[in-house]
Amino acid sequence: MLLGDLLNMASRAIWRKPLRSILTSLGVVIGVASVSTMLTVGSSATLKVKQDISKLGSNLLTVVPGQFRFGGVRIEAKPFKPRDVEAIAAQVSGIKEIAPASRRGVKAVFGNKNWQTTCTGSTSSFLSVRNWELEIGRSFTETEEKGGAAVCIIGSTVKERLFGQGDPIGAVLRVDKAPYKVIGVLKEKGLTFGPDSDDFILVPLKAFQRRISGSSDIGMVYVSVQEGYSSEAVREDIRRLLRERRKLAPGEPDDFEIRDLKELAETLSSTTKTLTAFLGAIAAISLVVGGIGIMNIMLVSVTERTREIGLRLAVGARQKEILLQFLIEAVLLSLFGGLMGLVLSLGASYFLCKAMSLPFVLKPWVLALGFGFSVAVGVLFGFIPAHRASKLNPIEALRHE
Amino acid sequence: MRSPLIELEEVHKVYGRGEAAVWALKGISMRIEEGEFVAIMGASGSGKSTCLNILGCLDVPTSGRYSFKGMEVNRLTSDQRALLRRNYIGFVFQSFHLLDRTTALENVELPLIYKGLGPKKRKEMALEALELVGLRGREQHRPNELSGGEQQRVAIARAIVTRPLLLLADEPTGNLDSETSRSIMELFRALNREHGMTVVLVTHEEDIASYARRRIYLRDGLMVREECS
Repeated sequence: MLLGDLLNMASRAIWRKPLRSILTSLGVVIGVASVSTMLTVGSSATLKVKQDISKLGSNLLTVVPGQFRFGGVRIEAKPFKPRDVEAIAAQVSGIKEIAPASRRGVKAVFGNKNWQTTCTGSTSSFLSVRNWELEIGRSFTETEEKGGAAVCIIGSTVKERLFGQGDPIGAVLRVDKAPYKVIGVLKEKGLTFGPDSDDFILVPLKAFQRRISGSSDIGMVYVSVQEGYSSEAVREDIRRLLRERRKLAPGEPDDFEIRDLKELAETLSSTTKTLTAFLGAIAAISLVVGGIGIMNIMLVSVTERTREIGLRLAVGARQKEILLQFLIEAVLLSLFGGLMGLVLSLGASYFLCKAMSLPFVLKPWVLALGFGFSVAVGVLFGFIPAHRASKLNPIEALRHE
Repeated sequence: MRSPLIELEEVHKVYGRGEAAVWALKGISMRIEEGEFVAIMGASGSGKSTCLNILGCLDVPTSGRYSFKGMEVNRLTSDQRALLRRNYIGFVFQSFHLLDRTTALENVELPLIYKGLGPKKRKEMALEALELVGLRGREQHRPNELSGGEQQRVAIARAIVTRPLLLLADEPTGNLDSETSRSIMELFRALNREHGMTVVLVTHEEDIASYARRRIYLRDGLMVREECS
């Protein structure tokens, strides 16, 4: 007996009852479609997170004063001073650029429009450290930085809110009542997580300290690591230096934090991966339900075709040949459902990715998994009915009404 | 001396156990040589169908010995018996047992699929068998497009397509009118006489049995009489 004959028999049995076959495989269609849609959208989300993080700047360390709780009260550790930044720049090797920054919520006003946003005071290296690019205009000049000139660079959200479609370059807007001339606009970053990084005003650090915060404190320090240096080593050097400068005794915990963007990226993408696996597992439940549907119909079919099985046994079919015939029928049903499900999931995940503005990436392993799952479901749930068919007594089967 | 095709010795068959046990056969012995045409006669419940199922290796005796072509059927596994049926035995049933929505040709090809023959050879042999039963030109008809007599001819073609040593028929005319019955019986006689096929049929009708050269009468699981013509 040839495999081709078995396939032919099974597919003819399926075609004989088209509606029933379609309804039976519908369970697997839905199961495979949901599993592969979850996995595709999930891996697209992971990719998106990775892309977003690389937009934040590569090899970026962020040094911030620590926060800790003391008797239920949130206490912020003492901020950094310009001398700390100078010390880091001078004593730690492997630093490409360093940008001290301070931030505060401000009200920006232009004409009759006003907008609540955050203002950051920093140097021009802030933009290159964070990989941010200018859409139009220019960055600060050295003179502007040193003198704390009243100039600013604005993010795309601020531009839209205050200027709409108009050209903001050269305009003077008021930040907490003090006037600043707009010299540049940042490219839109459109990040999907975290605070809106386009809602942002950048002014020279000196200007921020003098006119907005009124102190020389530095809220955070951005450090970009040179190519060829490990960010872990640079991080450790900065830690040692800061502990020394902040006079922490050995054994005392750090009262500051150094965040590595690479770590954040890994944490975030492993989170989305876990979430993807979790959603995939939930979707797999529907695949099991689909399998039960196949088992149910195959059991009905074996009962209906008892006489046919009896005849096949009488003309000399062996048990394994009957078993294979029904098993292949179940696998074909399931496979048909699986292929339909994959087609459906292609469409569904494409539209979902578009709707959530994720990049649509089709992973071959998702297709392979959907294919493999549907074969496995067919074999697993087709076995019991097929086994029952093969164990029929030919005489009783022939007499079956 | 050449061993007979079929040899039954003190064959008993019991269905069920204990109180509910039914003795279908209570010690049957018979020999059937190759080329014979035998009818097994009896009222319903006489054990004639059980006897035929045992001869066809669909069932095994509870006790006693059955040898087919020198092989001890009792000792064979169900798969080995399936191979015996596949290679040496053809069945014809009272209710035809054709697969519906399947053409006459495909119905006849079925046993050849299990013999592992390719599509071309199958078609050739199936057409030959259909020709032999007088259904040339009807091979693309489905069972519901054929009369009862024609359906039984398809079933006979299916039984003989593997060129079996033994053709077994269980009440082959039970569902047919008397005129059709006669033509079916003529067909069996021709297969026996002209093609040397050993035919064993089960019936309760005297005039059907009269086509056979030997008649074995069963009653309550025992052989009561045998006659030859």
